Amino acid sequence: MDKLKSFTSSSLFLPIVALAVLLIFNGIFVEGFFDIQITEDGRLFGRVIDILTRSSSLVILSLGMTLVIATSGIDISVGAVVAISAAVVCTLIGGRGDGAAETPMALAMLASVGIGILCGIWNGILVAKFKIQAVVATLILMTAGRGIAQLLTEGQIVTVYYKPFASIAGVIPGMPLPTNVFIALAMVLLVVFVMKKTSIGLFIQSVGINPTAAKYVGINVTLVLFLVYAFSGFCAGVTGLIESSLIKAADANNAGLNMEMDAILAVALGGTLLSGGKFYLGGSVIGAVTIQTLTTTLYALGVSADQLPVVKAIAVIAICLIQSKKARDLFDKWKSGRSAKAVTADAKAVNKA
Amino acid sequence: MKKKISELIASKYFSFFVTVILFAILYGVGIGMYKGFMKPQVFLNLFIDNAALIIVTIGITFTLLIGGIDLSVGAVLALTCMVLAWLLANTGISVFAAIALVLLMGTAFGAIQGYLIAKFDLQPFIITLAGMLFCRGMTAVISRETINITNPTFVAMADFRLSVGAGFVSMGVIIAIIALIVAAVVLGFTRFGRNIYALGGSESSASLMGLPVFKTKVSVYTISGFCSALGGIAYALMMLTGYNLHGMGMEMDAIASSVIGGTLLTGGVGFIPGALFGVLIQGVILTFISFQGTLSAWWTKIVVGALLCVFIIMQAFITEHKSKLTAKSSLEENS
Amino acid sequence: MAAALLEMRHIDKVFPGVKALSNVDFTLHAGEIHSLMGENGAGKSTLVKVLTGVYPKDGGTIHLNGKEIYPKTPKEAQEEGISTVYQEVNLCPNLTVAENIFIGREPRRFGFIDWKEVNRRSIELLKKLDVDIDVSKTLDNYPVAIQQMVAIARAVDVDAKILILDEPTSSLNEVETERLFRIVRQLQKQGMGIIFISHFLEQIYELCDHITILRNGELVGSYEVAKLPRLELIAKMVGKNLNDVKDMDKMAEKSVPSDEVFIETNHAASTGQIKDVSLQIHKGEVIGLAGLLGSGRTETAEMMFGLKEVTGGSLKINGKEEKLSNPMAAMKEKIAFCPEDRKLSGIIGDLTVRENIILALQAMDGMFTHIPYSKQVELADKFIDKLRIKVSDRDQLIKNLSGGNQQKVIIARWLATQPRFLILDEPTRGIDVGTKTEIQKMAVELAKNEGMSVAFISSEMDEMVRTCSKLVVMRDRKKVAELTGDQISSEGVMEAIAGGEK
Repeated sequence: MDKLKSFTSSSLFLPIVALAVLLIFNGIFVEGFFDIQITEDGRLFGRVIDILTRSSSLVILSLGMTLVIATSGIDISVGAVVAISAAVVCTLIGGRGDGAAETPMALAMLASVGIGILCGIWNGILVAKFKIQAVVATLILMTAGRGIAQLLTEGQIVTVYYKPFASIAGVIPGMPLPTNVFIALAMVLLVVFVMKKTSIGLFIQSVGINPTAAKYVGINVTLVLFLVYAFSGFCAGVTGLIESSLIKAADANNAGLNMEMDAILAVALGGTLLSGGKFYLGGSVIGAVTIQTLTTTLYALGVSADQLPVVKAIAVIAICLIQSKKARDLFDKWKSGRSAKAVTADAKAVNKA
Repeated sequence: MKKKISELIASKYFSFFVTVILFAILYGVGIGMYKGFMKPQVFLNLFIDNAALIIVTIGITFTLLIGGIDLSVGAVLALTCMVLAWLLANTGISVFAAIALVLLMGTAFGAIQGYLIAKFDLQPFIITLAGMLFCRGMTAVISRETINITNPTFVAMADFRLSVGAGFVSMGVIIAIIALIVAAVVLGFTRFGRNIYALGGSESSASLMGLPVFKTKVSVYTISGFCSALGGIAYALMMLTGYNLHGMGMEMDAIASSVIGGTLLTGGVGFIPGALFGVLIQGVILTFISFQGTLSAWWTKIVVGALLCVFIIMQAFITEHKSKLTAKSSLEENS
Repeated sequence: MAAALLEMRHIDKVFPGVKALSNVDFTLHAGEIHSLMGENGAGKSTLVKVLTGVYPKDGGTIHLNGKEIYPKTPKEAQEEGISTVYQEVNLCPNLTVAENIFIGREPRRFGFIDWKEVNRRSIELLKKLDVDIDVSKTLDNYPVAIQQMVAIARAVDVDAKILILDEPTSSLNEVETERLFRIVRQLQKQGMGIIFISHFLEQIYELCDHITILRNGELVGSYEVAKLPRLELIAKMVGKNLNDVKDMDKMAEKSVPSDEVFIETNHAASTGQIKDVSLQIHKGEVIGLAGLLGSGRTETAEMMFGLKEVTGGSLKINGKEEKLSNPMAAMKEKIAFCPEDRKLSGIIGDLTVRENIILALQAMDGMFTHIPYSKQVELADKFIDKLRIKVSDRDQLIKNLSGGNQQKVIIARWLATQPRFLILDEPTRGIDVGTKTEIQKMAVELAKNEGMSVAFISSEMDEMVRTCSKLVVMRDRKKVAELTGDQISSEGVMEAIAGGEK
């Protein structure tokens, strides 16, 4: 009983239950949902694998977003940064019809991740140094970012014919899963490792919970904020690589579109409060997978990509209300008011009798 | 001299002056570079092309003034166009009933957002982000294809032209001008309007001074919803369609316009003429690009983003400059 | 005596975990200037906020002119005729002066605000207060003193029966204060009841007719000013019987400071915070910074921890002049600081006891290192044991501990950094008596056994007298006296605070 209670009150409860409900729903209504096949060259194949693969981008983004939100900030520019990073890698490799690369792929990849970090640094300077509210500061890049991406691609969709480029989000022969799953896994491990081996996580939480007290114990609040936004930019840069490799092209208008919403949703679903403080990387990862499952499920039900946001919007509001202290207080008041009424009603009934 | 400059920077109209001067310079350069800029109609076209954005910017300015934000405006605008087109195509109701209905819908939507934000203390940008997702999605639910508006009354309204001097303006411009005047009067000359400024200046002070905080908050988002719907009608008059991707990213243009026009994102400072000039500057940039012919449309986004950035950083500096001024004056007073 | 204008009876107010007011009575007559006194946390502002509808009361009644009232919001209180001017100016900096006076009740013509009338009446009103300024400029153009006047103008123009002035003079100079007093007396003559809260004793004695004293959320008593000598007032505020004060025994042995000076300040000043403080803190010394709230005692401590810039005079550590530009610089000099407001600047509520304890040490080690978990556990357990911190386990969230235990965790956090100078700002406020004594004892022992320098700041006179081997008394952001040896007594401190001696 106690164990059950500690599980229901744990931060992982909500995302796990949500994921489980979705999986069960799929298991019942979608034939062969849980089937996993192995192809001859050792690749795994199946719907669950598909979801896992597709969620890797969101997992990576939500890692950065989790840390930003933990400092009680927000980064709404990630979608646009994904587009910039995609534009950089694709234009550098180039759309030559003969399938050759204009720039070595490794260099191009490095450049695109670098540009992501640069964008993050920009956000970090605005938030940490100029003390501009996070929403507003990242709004600038959100507005200008797609324009910059279009500038890089000169308004075209740059299609890359260089074969190895596809392997970032595709399967390298001999591997059981697409590369992006491994990238996401590596990113998760990297973050977990850094959190375990340094005290950055502790400092991020301290800044998010009580910035004044954090300053009073000698924590460099400015530096912490700066690093967090830079990391979020890094994550967006990596995501840009994957997203462009997935379609083998840079589409400045649609790459990473609405991804900032999905990432915020994943973090909130994962149990991290939008007001900052304690963060749950595991929760965010499960949250991201859950949202991808939801997306896939809704697609399967015939909901189109442009109708999808309705459901996500309702989910966002619901999670906000669950997290809201005031909503909880009002609910408690309402409940106690009801039980008080019930008591008086009972008393009246007794009196009458 | 130095003192004068310092006072000018601290003035609440500083951003506005900068904007107006910038607009004049841009227009002057335009005249110098392209003959077409001289035509009065080019100036009037700034209004015609941006009537919807002007109206939407008015609404978003209200929310920014209390230190909030409304990211749903573009999506509400799209939903309004779509519902209007759908109603006119699939039901027999009159144009005016349809217009009334969509206005009511936008207003109600804004009110719900405002209620959630004010009642449960939720962050405005999250709630309106959800609102944006919701409306975009609903637009697609109604129809994923473009619905054309063919209703003769509505088309007649769209074709209406009012001649002004050597040029003309459209119905949308008339609506936008009326909205501008009403908004300016409400903000400048009613208790409700002043309460909005007070709330943006300091919510706790406003509450301690006995001002109706909750009511004002909900009203502000309701107004923003109404303006988005009204902007939607102006947009529909221009496009004569309902389409899923109408007004994409318009919330950013509206916020940028408002900020460029002198609205402080921390709330409490900003006024309607500024917002108008914010829109006009963007219009001029677009006109430039179209006159130039070889530059592409995405330059607008970059220039607007850069302008937004410059103005936001300028705001940060002004705020700091001001607090230094106050600290200094109290020091002189005390020593 | 005429019937009371305001009667508050048996007022109770409970905050989660704290009883802020218990069974407090307060009576105010028309045409009376009544001072509400008490040290920090005594419940003054809570009482005012209950009266003005900011907080709902949990018990008791409020009668205004014999009629019971239930103000639930500041607006309702205002409508009943209760106006307040708060310590921090609660106006909107972005609005004009005139607007701040009239917002919410602007005169209108045809439904629209009549700006001419607003400005004209504002000028008129401010003229009455001897303030001559451009009312069409925004408020943030003016210094705090003027802002305060504007707030008063707003408060008196609403048809007020009661005017509450919560520390109105803390940012005014003498001339301005005089001007304010003239206005207050004028309002008094008009029959208004005025509640005046201030930490400046002289002002109270100059202006007020009556004093009500609160302590720890309870009523100490209500007295006529003329019949209450200052010394007795202070004794009542700090909770000592005057007779007890005289023959108070000294606590066990105090620490004997060495001759070596650890930190010293020489006419140190910090703009707007401290005017002139010179003190020497020796190794192994427990120094007390005494003075009422707002005397500059906390600011002095903050200056020594790099939180306040030294803008005048000098600060030396181990004989070398140092510029402490941030807390980390001070921490590198082995200085530690337990701040006054535990909740706001001390604890990190959602972190565990263990994390809170190692935090400062970790900050000193740097962000990219990590104190091994086993070491963290060892440290946490050591201090939980040493300071007898009552926790269910070391990974309990600190916010769930009692105030006293939270305080001990904060102290543990700093002891973990092995400081040579420990500043304790109000370490015993709001915690139970047993823990209080423990903390006092600990301060002495740290100095005695480990040669640490300790600065002790407290509103409670007797604990300073008991623990400190030197007392620096501050008033008006200046050091006014330094007491050592036998001079250290509650009486001596009170006299110094009251201004009886220099």
